[in-house]
Amino acid sequence: MRHIISLLMENEAGALSRVAGLFSARAYNIESLTVAPTEDATLSRMTIVTTGSEEIIEQITKQLNKLVDVIKVMDLTEGSHIERELMLVKVKAVGLGREEMKRTADIFRGRIIDVTDATYTIELTGTGSKLDAFLEAIDPALIIETVRTGASGIGRGERSLKV
Amino acid sequence: MIYCQFMEATGAEIVVRCLAEEGVEFVFGYPGGAVLNIYDEIFKQNKFKHVLVRHEQAAVHAADAYARATGRVGVALVTSGPGVTNAVTGIATAYMDSIPIVVVTGQVPTPAIGLDAFQEVDTVGITRPCVKHNFLVKDVKDLATTMKKAFIIASTGRPGPVVVDVPKDVTAHLTTFEYPATVEMRSYNPVVKGHSGQLKRAVQMLLEAKRPMIYAGGGVVLGDASAQLTELTRLLGFPVTNTLMGLGGYPATDKQNLGMLGMHGTYEANMAMQHCDVLLAVGARFDDRVIGNPAHFAREQRRIIHVDIDPSSISKRVKVDVPIVGDVQNVLTDMLALLKQAKEKPEAAALNAWWTQIELWRSKNCLKYNQSSSIIKPQYVVEKLWEVTKGDAYITSDVGQHQMWAAQYYKFDKPRRWINSGGLGTMGVGLPYAMGVQLAHPDAQVACITGESSIQMCIQELSTCKQYRIPIKVVTLNNRYMGMVRQWQEFFYGSRYAESYMESLPDFVKLAEAYGHIGMRIDKPEDVEAALKEAFSPALKERLVFMDFQTDQTENVFPMVEGGKGLSEMILAEEL
Ligand SMILES: Cc1cc2nc3c(=O)[nH]c(=O)nc-3n(C[C@H](O)[C@H](O)[C@H](O)COP(=O)(O)OP(=O)(O)OC[C@H]3O[C@@H](n4cnc5c(N)ncnc54)[C@H](O)[C@@H]3O)c2cc1C
Ligand SMILES: Cc1ncc(C[n+]2csc(CCOP(=O)(O)OP(=O)(O)O)c2C)c(N)n1
Ligand SMILES: [Mg+2]
Repeated sequence: MRHIISLLMENEAGALSRVAGLFSARAYNIESLTVAPTEDATLSRMTIVTTGSEEIIEQITKQLNKLVDVIKVMDLTEGSHIERELMLVKVKAVGLGREEMKRTADIFRGRIIDVTDATYTIELTGTGSKLDAFLEAIDPALIIETVRTGASGIGRGERSLKV
Repeated sequence: MIYCQFMEATGAEIVVRCLAEEGVEFVFGYPGGAVLNIYDEIFKQNKFKHVLVRHEQAAVHAADAYARATGRVGVALVTSGPGVTNAVTGIATAYMDSIPIVVVTGQVPTPAIGLDAFQEVDTVGITRPCVKHNFLVKDVKDLATTMKKAFIIASTGRPGPVVVDVPKDVTAHLTTFEYPATVEMRSYNPVVKGHSGQLKRAVQMLLEAKRPMIYAGGGVVLGDASAQLTELTRLLGFPVTNTLMGLGGYPATDKQNLGMLGMHGTYEANMAMQHCDVLLAVGARFDDRVIGNPAHFAREQRRIIHVDIDPSSISKRVKVDVPIVGDVQNVLTDMLALLKQAKEKPEAAALNAWWTQIELWRSKNCLKYNQSSSIIKPQYVVEKLWEVTKGDAYITSDVGQHQMWAAQYYKFDKPRRWINSGGLGTMGVGLPYAMGVQLAHPDAQVACITGESSIQMCIQELSTCKQYRIPIKVVTLNNRYMGMVRQWQEFFYGSRYAESYMESLPDFVKLAEAYGHIGMRIDKPEDVEAALKEAFSPALKERLVFMDFQTDQTENVFPMVEGGKGLSEMILAEEL
């Protein structure tokens, strides 16, 4: 099962490597990992997308909690939550295909943020699967470059991860 | 020297004064460029004693043993680069067995970090996977707080090693020194008190048990809870087993103790573990050398209560029914209170039947061995050692067959007496472990049970023992083989003894003498007892005695659960 784990940790040098090291040392999967400071600069917020059996996910949460710098861990997938990922895609956009590309981007609520005679750069946000769907919807031969941030997540409603 | 509170101190002085504030007795270390400022401060003080080892690995092992034998934090100090890489084996060894130590490492000056400077290694990076936590101190203002944090983290919760990496320029920088009494860490708050609801469920389950079993591990020793464990076990009348790390947590000579369990555990302990209906696991982590194949273990229905301070130890390899996160001393005390209040008692008839079954298993006498009149049996040496030391010695061991025989035949009645590397299984620990133990307990009898291969991995420490007059007794069970490796090759590799034979062994008697100690070589069974008595005699109380027992080369450790096999599928000596 795919899980989105969110955590708060001390914003110390090497914090990221403790988490990354834990995942590689214990052979846990990482689909994506994002990290940035929060409104409180002493805190880092990390979102990790991982897959594994219930037992493995339980161990992952326990092992993350065990890291001395980690303050709180939450498995977002245990409750209702919102997941967002940002993707920038540079595509070939010439001739008839140029209009078609714009239409597809519109359908996915993408925004064209850079334009040349021959290319568009499209910005898209959404769940990972929405971004996947966009890439499937366009001709792979037209894709020049894609860059994705990996998922960030937040609990719905009152559900929150705070110190 | 008298320090005014607001006087400025250098980083080096701060390190030394923090150690003094912590009441550290011994710092085990080895100097080098990056730590020279610290060594200069050590020279000027008399609060603690520095013990100069001959290899940094041994510094960490000795600090680790000091911690195991006393329950206090052990301290080692090494220089940057090779000092650190040499120390890594020691740190990993302590990590695997959850031992509280603080290792202060020198680092190249901050401006040089990352430039492949002379003797630079990424200490925080190299040690990260084998420490509980580590720090790189970049600003002298953070030094005292970091030292305090290191001691707190090492010794609380599930204990473990903490590395404090101090760049050389930081040891020269000045700041005002104040050692905080404690430091709050919002990210670090180990749970010590067991959940009351879970405790009640556990007690209920224990009282309903028909075939109960208590499985006690290193956590009981680490958490100083053997008194509580003993009281609880006696109150309930249940059988108990100890892991290799838990030996001494419950008196070995007591009838209720079935001995060690696991790969080389007793028949009765393993059978009872497999067939119990309620299992109380305390401070033990269901290691692969303990329960064998988890699928086989799960075939029998049993309900499991698991007490551990580290939530990640619970339901890691074996799913449990009642997890209790907390400090074992706290939890057992609470359990005892609940049990004493309870109106029910465990069902006597069921318990009697269970004990009858256990006695039947016990009557197999799985640890019996064939004594010989011509060749020294290793088990015999350990039994005699137990007799000669009246079961009251501190025993360290290395890794191999001799370690298992020490565990099986030396009956530990008290905790912190058995000092060995269980988790990492590090050959070479025995001698430095004995140094750390003897320094901690100068009047105690300390013996290192070792093998001729293991002892050579830190043999240089005989020199340290000379310098500090550390009068340990080395009991070498010399089978001229890496016996444990040879045993596996005999069983599983068609007796092809690939590289497990130690050729060109040194003359250990001469070697001991060369280091300024007493050497003895013992070839005949009838000389074993006399040699041990002499070594432990008042006349040699101040001397290190190296006993080289020429033991049976072909002896194997039994019982044995083969890797991947079930706990009750043991190979017994009589079956071969
Ligand atoms: C050659 C060889 C053969 C071996 N054969 C065997 C064998 O036959 N049998 C055997 O048992 N082992 C054997 N071992 C050792 C084995 O590898 C493990 O090291 C050992 O079994 C682990 O012991 P433990 O489960 O008691 O855990 P430990 O490693 O001692 O861990 C302690 C547990 O207690 C917890 N804890 C710590 N402090 C507290 C506290 N205050 N309160 C509550 N919980 C706490 C920790 O979180 C941890 O989960 C062998 C090792 C070697 C090298
Ligand atoms: C540092 C290290 N290297 C290798 C091993 C693998 N190993 C385990 S036991 C053993 C042989 C030990 O031989 P010895 O010290 O003579 O003890 P014996 O088994 O003969 O009693 C070896 C090589 C180990 N545990 N540690
Ligand atoms: Mg040997």
